[in-house]
Amino acid sequence: MTAVSDRQKLAYVNSQAADGRVNLEFETEEGMTLNLGPQHPATHGTLRIVVKLDGEQVLSCEPVMGYMHRGYEKLTEVRTYPQVTTLINRIDWLGSFANEVPFILAAEKLMEIEAPPRAQWIRTILFELSRIANISLFVGDMALHIGAMTAAFYAFRDREFVLNQIESATGGRFHPNFNRIGGLKDDLPKGWVADTKASLERIRDFCDEMEILVEGNEIFQARTRGIGVIPSEIALQFGLSGANLRASGVDWDLRRDQPVGLVWDKVDWKVITHPDGDSFARFWVRLQEIRESCNIVEQLLDGLPAGPYMAKVPRVIKVPEGEAWVATENPLGEMGYYLVSQGGLGPFRVKIRTASFNNVSVVPWVCRGVYVPDVVTILASLYFILGDIDR
Amino acid sequence: MTDSVVLGLELAYWQQSILRVIGVLVAVLLPAGTFVYVFLFKMVSFMQSRLGPMEAGPFGSLQLLAEVGKWLQKEDITPERADRVLFKMAPYLVVGTVLLTYMVVPFGPDLHLAKFDTGIFFALAVSSISSLGVLLAGWASANKYSLIGGLRAAGQLIAYELPMILAVVGVVIQAGTMNMSGIVAAQAGGSIFGVDIIGNPFFITQFVGFVVFMIAVQAELGQTPFDMPIAESELVTGYLTEYSGIRFLLFFIGEFAAAGAFSAIAATLFLGGWAVPSAWVELDNNIFNLLGPIILLTKMMLIGGFIFFIRFTYPRFREDQLQRLAWTVLIPISLANILVTTVLKVAF
Repeated sequence: MTAVSDRQKLAYVNSQAADGRVNLEFETEEGMTLNLGPQHPATHGTLRIVVKLDGEQVLSCEPVMGYMHRGYEKLTEVRTYPQVTTLINRIDWLGSFANEVPFILAAEKLMEIEAPPRAQWIRTILFELSRIANISLFVGDMALHIGAMTAAFYAFRDREFVLNQIESATGGRFHPNFNRIGGLKDDLPKGWVADTKASLERIRDFCDEMEILVEGNEIFQARTRGIGVIPSEIALQFGLSGANLRASGVDWDLRRDQPVGLVWDKVDWKVITHPDGDSFARFWVRLQEIRESCNIVEQLLDGLPAGPYMAKVPRVIKVPEGEAWVATENPLGEMGYYLVSQGGLGPFRVKIRTASFNNVSVVPWVCRGVYVPDVVTILASLYFILGDIDR
Repeated sequence: MTDSVVLGLELAYWQQSILRVIGVLVAVLLPAGTFVYVFLFKMVSFMQSRLGPMEAGPFGSLQLLAEVGKWLQKEDITPERADRVLFKMAPYLVVGTVLLTYMVVPFGPDLHLAKFDTGIFFALAVSSISSLGVLLAGWASANKYSLIGGLRAAGQLIAYELPMILAVVGVVIQAGTMNMSGIVAAQAGGSIFGVDIIGNPFFITQFVGFVVFMIAVQAELGQTPFDMPIAESELVTGYLTEYSGIRFLLFFIGEFAAAGAFSAIAATLFLGGWAVPSAWVELDNNIFNLLGPIILLTKMMLIGGFIFFIRFTYPRFREDQLQRLAWTVLIPISLANILVTTVLKVAF
């Protein structure tokens, strides 16, 4: 009989209490319970996934969220409208510019202001650049989770070209905070258009490289094809959005279906879908979307209109009473803001709909019966950002 | 085995023993350190478009010493619920087996630490003990990730020991001996269809065996297409998760020394070992006791570069895919290889 110290007893009681709070049954008769996270390399952040195992096979799998909850919806209520963009930048920290846009659009909708065409154009360009920056990291990250380390370094290297462009336009690599109600903080710097075109070429080279190094690799295909299949009806039931939904064969893209306030309808591009719905399809769709985004940006740069970058707005911004919902197709999926204003300096209530929260909810469904390494590939292919889950 | 003349010197047994211990340590640590610096630090850095260590010494060449110093200073933690004896024993078991593996590798005409008639058999038998150390580490850590890692390592051992031995059988049949020096001599003095200008390096005549052997080595070492026992993105670091300080360092040395040991064995079995083709120069010369280690190290670097190039290019298999590859592809191929080798050996 081993002696159990008081410390161990206390730790056990505490762990039971913690699991009681999240409604998890930790002790089981069958199999072994494995805690993936909150600190685990595969969850890149603090997502906790409680996996019940039989050998290496997953019996059930439960994501536990909330370890990084920062209360953004509440915090927005005590800030003025221009201050809110600083905060919501940090929701999906890899595509920060894209986070600001729907909120600003919702506020503009209530104020009945429309940003001038040049601002709309630049917003769309930066939106797509942040999508490229976001997804190119996914490509490397997915390869890293399957064990190919070199591809991750290539992704970090080539993503830098896009981040440099975002930085030179907005002043911030990660958190631009560049949108203003009624337009943008600043115009584009000199020579930016040519530089951006050059960096788009690098991104296209990066896509070619990844197609050879990762996508065409036999082992990669063996690890991803037929793994984590999400049929289209299941994907719709769980409310998946973005590339995860398109990889299940649902032709749905808010950029094409409701281009509110941005100019995707002015250029020629196509929505990428894949019928399989497995991890490989999700990887493939995202990789192709980088190429599509490059096309979009290139066309927008060619057609960039002249004119002011800021509409006439009052010095002190007060949004009139009302409610507005604006959603856009962010890098991770559909992101929307439900904005309730009572005419004050700041929002009365903001509800943020983020894509990753719904995307992760499908994990228990899709991870049943797979092996532990497949849990990691499926998580990587669903591609979530922790800030986007917990906000 | 106990001839009292070493390198032309008359030495007592205890003097020979000291020389052997020093020799093994040099033979293990030198290639291991070279492998870490050249491949893990520098080659990989250039593959991944970064510089690697640059500060410690010229081009960061002293980085390894700095790392060793760092590990020695770190606290040696044993988890509260670990099986303390096994936990502390496991790294020594891993390093010890690697030291034993080097014993049978000949570095020159007279430079061998021990001369067994069943040298290659001994090397393969001993090298598989290191997986026992890994299994112990996984079990004793009282950590679920470690346990899964350890069990995966054990499964991998059983699956890949067979094709490795079967691949070596082809070489043994062709050389007609299990003695490592004999295999070197057979390659240096051999001929391919009467052409003896490059001798008979077995990576040409035993090409299938060579490929199977290299795949099995990759799995045996736990390098990337088969690194499920470690699997950073799944199991944190597998059986190493709970180790810190000097015990982690021992595992690290064990890993790279094992890479060196298997490169040495592969170089000896398939690339001609310490010798150059005897059509070029008379091999029974004392100068080869000096040149031999250098020639062998060069060949080891070739093999090692290949191993690490694969490691940092490919993604990782899943455990069941690995087993399927071993049992349905590699073992039948190596059995067929043995059959063909035997038939050709009798025919010619």
